[in-house]
Amino acid sequence: MRKYNELIFELSKAGRKAYKLPEADVETLPVEELIPDKYLNKDELDLTEVSEVDIVRHYTNLSNKNFGVDTGFYPLGSCTMKYNPKINENMTGLDGFKNIHPHQPEETVQGALRLMYELDQALCEISGMDKMTLQPAAGAHGELTGLALIKAYHEHRGDTKRTKIIVPDSAHGTNPASAVMAGFDTIEIKSTEEGLVDIESLKAALSDEVAGLMLTNPNTLGLFEREIVEIAKLVHDCGGLVYYDGANANAILGKVRPGDMGFDVVHFNLHKTFSTPHGGGGPGSGPVGVKKKLIDFLPTPTVEKDGDRYYLNYNIPHSVGRMKDFYGHFGVLVRAYTYILTMGRDGLNKVSDIAVLNANYLASRLKDYYNLPEEDTIYKHEFVLAGLKGELSEVTTLDVAKRLLDYGYHPPTVYFPLIVREAIMVEPTETESRETLDEFADALIKIAEEAKENPDMLREAPHNTPVRRVNETQAARNPILKYEG
Amino acid sequence: MYPYIPNTKEDEKRMLEAIGLDSIEDLFKDIPESVRLNRELNLKPSMSEMEVARYLTDLAGKNASVNELTCFLGAGAYDHYVPSIIGHIISRSEFLTSYTPYQAEISQGTLQYIFEYQTLICKLTGMDVANASLYDGGTAIAEAAFMAVNQTRRDQVVISKTVNPQAREVLKTYAHLQGIEIIEIEDEGGVTDLEELKKNVTDKTAAVIVQNPNFFGIIEDLEAIEEIAHSQKKTMFITSVDPISLGILKSPGSIGADIVVGEGQPLGISLQFGGPYLGFMATKKAYMRKLPGRIVGQTVDEDGNRAFVLTLQAREQHIRREKATSNICSNQGINTLAATIYLTALGKEGLRELAVQITQKSHYAFNEITKSGKYKPLFDKPFFKEFAVTSDIDPAVINQRLLEEKILGGYPLGKDYPRYKNGILYAVTEKRTKEEIDKLSSVLEGII
Repeated sequence: MRKYNELIFELSKAGRKAYKLPEADVETLPVEELIPDKYLNKDELDLTEVSEVDIVRHYTNLSNKNFGVDTGFYPLGSCTMKYNPKINENMTGLDGFKNIHPHQPEETVQGALRLMYELDQALCEISGMDKMTLQPAAGAHGELTGLALIKAYHEHRGDTKRTKIIVPDSAHGTNPASAVMAGFDTIEIKSTEEGLVDIESLKAALSDEVAGLMLTNPNTLGLFEREIVEIAKLVHDCGGLVYYDGANANAILGKVRPGDMGFDVVHFNLHKTFSTPHGGGGPGSGPVGVKKKLIDFLPTPTVEKDGDRYYLNYNIPHSVGRMKDFYGHFGVLVRAYTYILTMGRDGLNKVSDIAVLNANYLASRLKDYYNLPEEDTIYKHEFVLAGLKGELSEVTTLDVAKRLLDYGYHPPTVYFPLIVREAIMVEPTETESRETLDEFADALIKIAEEAKENPDMLREAPHNTPVRRVNETQAARNPILKYEG
Repeated sequence: MYPYIPNTKEDEKRMLEAIGLDSIEDLFKDIPESVRLNRELNLKPSMSEMEVARYLTDLAGKNASVNELTCFLGAGAYDHYVPSIIGHIISRSEFLTSYTPYQAEISQGTLQYIFEYQTLICKLTGMDVANASLYDGGTAIAEAAFMAVNQTRRDQVVISKTVNPQAREVLKTYAHLQGIEIIEIEDEGGVTDLEELKKNVTDKTAAVIVQNPNFFGIIEDLEAIEEIAHSQKKTMFITSVDPISLGILKSPGSIGADIVVGEGQPLGISLQFGGPYLGFMATKKAYMRKLPGRIVGQTVDEDGNRAFVLTLQAREQHIRREKATSNICSNQGINTLAATIYLTALGKEGLRELAVQITQKSHYAFNEITKSGKYKPLFDKPFFKEFAVTSDIDPAVINQRLLEEKILGGYPLGKDYPRYKNGILYAVTEKRTKEEIDKLSSVLEGII
């Protein structure tokens, strides 16, 4: 295929069109007679003139420079890049879901409200919580919502000195950022050598100023926090609440529920665990579930049922308020519910079986070539390698990742979690076959050999991607953030 | 077996052997016994694709779509026509099933369309830089307010009550978290009360926020508001705009806005019962490093070829953690592609033609509905796309009657604006025909 390197603006040619409006069938008064001159823009718009064919070819060519889950293996740690089922797209595209207005009378959207209600109930069952809000737009937005709930809970009790949120040093970056956005200070606690919450550090951080603890379980190292019961108890005993970051929920479906582990607030990432597409960065969806004591603080509106009728409930006594416009990313909710129906109770359980099996199998295949900090541990859905084995200071994790591009893989998450040197965080998910895992392992092993034999080739990788290694420093030093041509 | 789980029993066995375990259960033995579920989830068993499709098609059938009902509802979400090319391009799985473009070398497709999107948002709003989008119009206002608070180190934000009530609710929720004070300015005849605004803009004001066209569809006097906002040194002027209106209205940038945000749903994104939509945000170059969210920049690759990459990441949570400008981690990804295609397809003349036609159609509807005098204009001000009328009849009664005629009536204003108890806000997009508008007005006539 030919190399394509145009911007849409460079295809513009005066007189071309990609649209045709119907002839106006009402009186066509000049706009100057309808809107006062002082508000009107007299200049031509600075937009493109292209044909429909130009647009389709342009974006099709751009798509060829992209890598998705449908292209190949995408073992991005903590991102759960599982296959996105096609039926999900068909269901969210149904006229009765796609083309309904959010302000329509409730009697004309009973199907949509029922879907939301049933999804709410399914997520409650999966998480062990009592009620969900489907409003949050993404995982980070779920965190913000959950922290707003924790804040409202303490404020309602008149306990205003609780201004601190504890976050382990292995946490996702969104956790401390969300805490600060929610108006809290953060206390970072150290992990044990193994990578689990250090109970002594936690104890030292606890006080009557602590509003809560945010925890991912299994954590970002792919390890299950075995002391979770003790951890939750310690936080509860000092008056705090415990927040579950559900980014890693793919490991525990039908096995153990955050609600049973002692968590008070939970968010799920529907775009991870529940198979909705990541869309090149979004839109996601981050529903939040709570225990009974927090229901009265949920954002408005929630979806409720009264007899056979479903309705939006705006009457929540101590609601934190509204977290976003309307009711959440409904189009994403439809996809996630489609997935839950498809997999069912048996299938969801199987998802975690195989997600965990795949991760451990891959770890076992790689541990002789890359540093696996805890060789005898059972990982959950992901594991973290600490770079290449041996003294190869000239070849970094970044080089390994870039070389993987040449082999046709999306690399794992790199340099995260921060507590692991040269981290390579691998999450294969359940939708990959043993053959795919083996081929990927073979590629990584080959790269380990290349690192010894031909380190320069690795440092210059990738060699056969649409563009070579890009200059990030130049982009940041001399920001060009729009086309100026 | 499940269609999305390729490993067979035989694979499982061989993999367990390789790991040195006897059973799948052994993989979960680190979960304390006391908290294990030890029962099946109380959900339905797995279903075939046919059964799932039947069940959900049935649920979808319980909704009446805007293809069955003629939609005159707006108030923040609009029944615009979505060109066919959008669905086809955004469904390409190379775009749809990719993650945030961290690995630039195999994400040039995503990175380039975001760069094009940023360019288009800048051109439309008249601003210098745009981010890669936020969740929606409401949260974009809240993020803009936070940005102004950080920039000015003041903690008071003034917002007009003619801004979408839902967005104001979101702002209040966010503001409460950081102890930011929100001062709301009443409307005077459907527009921001400028005298009230003047009184409330002080040296404590971080930002003045208005919407244009405002929630009632009325075009605000942005130039006068800008002057009041900037009468205080440092105070930032934030406007939320309908992107389609910029086909004919002056750009906020040309009027001196510091931050421009808005709901991008009108740009080729389906109604979908309220989301996912698209929050856009643009600002002046001086505030570039205070922007929340992803930003794509142009650079070169090792061979000197043009390439694109996520940039200015020192603002972001995955680098700066608690010191980030925002916690946001996603953008609206595939919806920014929809908006990019939409703006490209309409282009230089199309967007203008579209805005003109909407103006003509909404004015025709306004004249038809109000001409007999049974329905009175609620306000007497220039408007775009939406207008409010009032009568002696309860809007619920009117909308019920319209629904019987398969018309989705306007948005009742009473619950957000008690003093406009019987007010109804109608939206008229390019999709509405003369015939549909005439039917609306004749059914309305028949009610009184």
